[in-house]
Amino acid sequence: MEITRRRLLMLLPAAAVAWKYVKAGTPEAAPNYQLTEHWWAMLIDIPKCIGCGSCVRACAEENDVPEGYFRTWVERYHVADWKIERPEVESPNGGKNGFPPHPDEGGKNFFVPKLCNHCADSPCTQVCPVGATFATPDGVVLVDKNYCLGCRYCVQACPYGCRFINPKTNTAEKCTLCYHRITKGLTTACCEVCPTGARQLADLKNPKDPIHEFLRTHDVQVLKPHMATGAKVFYNGMDGSVR
Amino acid sequence: MFKDIEHLIRLAIAMAIALVVFVILRGALVPRSFGQYGHYRGAAIAEVASRPIAFAGHDTCEACHTDVADQKKLGKHVVVACETCHGALARHADDPSSVQPKKLDTAVLCARCHEANSAKPKNFPQVATADHSGGIACDTCHQPHRPKIETAKNATEGKK
Repeated sequence: MEITRRRLLMLLPAAAVAWKYVKAGTPEAAPNYQLTEHWWAMLIDIPKCIGCGSCVRACAEENDVPEGYFRTWVERYHVADWKIERPEVESPNGGKNGFPPHPDEGGKNFFVPKLCNHCADSPCTQVCPVGATFATPDGVVLVDKNYCLGCRYCVQACPYGCRFINPKTNTAEKCTLCYHRITKGLTTACCEVCPTGARQLADLKNPKDPIHEFLRTHDVQVLKPHMATGAKVFYNGMDGSVR
Repeated sequence: MFKDIEHLIRLAIAMAIALVVFVILRGALVPRSFGQYGHYRGAAIAEVASRPIAFAGHDTCEACHTDVADQKKLGKHVVVACETCHGALARHADDPSSVQPKKLDTAVLCARCHEANSAKPKNFPQVATADHSGGIACDTCHQPHRPKIETAKNATEGKK
């Protein structure tokens, strides 16, 4: 078989269609929000948390989180005297309805709000086989629910237990750092409603953000620093028993 | 030059067709924005960002409710956002006349934060509500936007 004029003409339309798809991959321009001008993080001031559960309720309402699942939750730690390695941790319904008084009033009691740490080197995005979860250029770890297979690799990979499979969509779900709010110039729902300012959204790329001064002047820690995940939720006043 | 060169030409054509089919299929199956920022669908960022908001934010509330904002400035609740107690009201902000906030029950609401609990910070004002008020609604005595009872006059004026 040789390439006759007829055969070449038959091939040309196919090549043209192929070229159209190749060209279509060109990126589109983003709206006014500039992805490269932000690097989002959160600051949690443990000594300010009163365990009211406002953040948990607000998160569920803002993001339509199914009942019994949590994108953020509050834990109550009870450390009996010297048992720093064996704290009693409880989170009844994620702390959504507050906490009943602790039966043992002795020892040390405090609240720890938890959420996705939006790790810079996140294990969850590394294990996704289809590229359905990713860190955005502005430092937020998101899930593409149209691309997620529901394989649960990321749920197992997260060292902080921040992911779950949404029973309605059967796709992975997690805190988006209220991406739909922060890209409009608002704070997250949990930070908005926190009555004591225990949670603060922070933009590490903004030199005027008060977080820089706070980080310089306080003893701040991240959860599980030995995991080297590049966690960006910073905890002030965190007891050594917190896991 | 080559013997039976038509075999090679046939093979080349078959491979060219396979390549064209691959490029077409890849173009059809891989989303347009895949790889725009990394190994994921770039358009997913805008999809997540397009979700409507539920909480309007206290700046939005205070744009209209200036009287309440002024009251709050006089007391400790100035740091508490409106929607912490009143709930998500972006729909009310969009359409103030038809979407009205619910009436709140202070006996339940205040206790969420102020019910005594050993895990709460020691400097945070806490009461055992059963002993403190015996179940009477808190706004009988306290004005929620400006909770400290300073004088008898303050306690009764401007209940909002």
